[in-house]
Amino acid sequence: MLLVGTRKGAFFIRGDEQRSAWTVSEPSFLGHIAQHLVLDPRDRRRLVLASSTGHLGPTVFLSDDLGHTWSEATQPPAFRSGERLGRSLKSVFWLTPGHPSQPGVWWAGGSPQGLFTSRDGGDTWEPVDGWNDHPMWETWAEWPEQNTPDGSMLHSINIDPRDASHMYIGLSSGGVFETVDGGLDWAPINAGCEASFFPDPYPEFGHDPHCVRLHPLHPDRIYQQNHCGIYRMDRPEGRWVRIGENMPKEVGDIGFPVELHPRDPDVAWVFPMDGTDVWPRTSPEGRPAVYRTRDAGESWTRCDSGLPERAWFTVKRQAMTADNNDPVGLYFGTTSGEVWASKDEGSSWTCIAAHLPEIYSLEFAEPAADAEPASKSNP
Amino acid sequence: MKVRIPTPLRSYTDQLSNVDAVGATLNELLTDLDRQFPGLRFRVVDEQGRLRKHMRIFVGADMVRDLETVVDGSAEITLMQALSGG
Repeated sequence: MLLVGTRKGAFFIRGDEQRSAWTVSEPSFLGHIAQHLVLDPRDRRRLVLASSTGHLGPTVFLSDDLGHTWSEATQPPAFRSGERLGRSLKSVFWLTPGHPSQPGVWWAGGSPQGLFTSRDGGDTWEPVDGWNDHPMWETWAEWPEQNTPDGSMLHSINIDPRDASHMYIGLSSGGVFETVDGGLDWAPINAGCEASFFPDPYPEFGHDPHCVRLHPLHPDRIYQQNHCGIYRMDRPEGRWVRIGENMPKEVGDIGFPVELHPRDPDVAWVFPMDGTDVWPRTSPEGRPAVYRTRDAGESWTRCDSGLPERAWFTVKRQAMTADNNDPVGLYFGTTSGEVWASKDEGSSWTCIAAHLPEIYSLEFAEPAADAEPASKSNP
Repeated sequence: MKVRIPTPLRSYTDQLSNVDAVGATLNELLTDLDRQFPGLRFRVVDEQGRLRKHMRIFVGADMVRDLETVVDGSAEITLMQALSGG
């Protein structure tokens, strides 16, 4: 199943076992911004949706029956009332389920760049003071906000599967940051990563990571699609290496998403976009393609079989996802409302949904067999 | 006090377009609305007690942004979303 967050609501796309036939649900929360819809992989039942509208404040909705019924969080993510900086959360941008040893724990990143956590499956949320009130927060984060088109955001909350207290987050912009004590203290981890828009192109922080992914089985390996290229880091060294230098020069290494193979840490996919001139953010020359590496970024292969020869959409940072099959299925959603699927690890592509609203997020999910009410199949 | 509820907030009021609420100020009135319809207030007022940027409140025919504005029982309160550009 694919969980689709769009500018105008959430959708569920169900596939058969062969991943050949796909059915798109009716919308949930039609007209609401569905920024991120995530299934808890621990119970494979709890859905959490980060939502807002153009006018109303941000909130979180919960479902335990695959979207047939929803409830609203009793206490949605918010900064502390009366706090020194007077921050007001404008959107919940990113959701990450907590470590497997901490059932019910969730993390949320926002705009402005706050971090929030829930210990009860998303019903009540608290600000993470160690981040939000860190003495360096005003320096690390975009504050006061620059009001870029979609605001500054905290995203890419990655939890080390070996250690629940070890986490990474991405700030766009601001850089990548790490905690080793469960969020009490944080440090930038951007060495080797370029920030070419600054007078000093290699600062300690201030970078613009677009998407950061920690490998689930080999968590010493991290990939990053940055505003300034594609990078890989192998811990414990902690230095980013620009593997995007190995991309074709005419394509470049700018983009939003990076997605990882669920088993092989040398395999990753990106979706390059045009970062020249005023940054169209469409595919270079309007020729969409996924690029795949099978050697940790030493080389890249263009994967465009089945994709349109010319198209002018963007794939946002949360809109590429992989399943757990062998071969791995890969999926991406576009700003023009299409969902594309590959059953062969990106080599060839089929459009499985079209005419949806602008897609913000796409997540592969494997719900529990009894998660859906027996009498219903189409929320 | 009569309070008119705009369509985006009627999921909280069981689709009622007009509800009753009490309070000496707009702030108190919004707190009473949240007591009756949990979750409504935070969609309208942020965590610092500020009316959200694109929300509007009318007391009678007057648009008001100061939530400490005193209201009397005879006033009709209208919550609405700002309209601009379509």
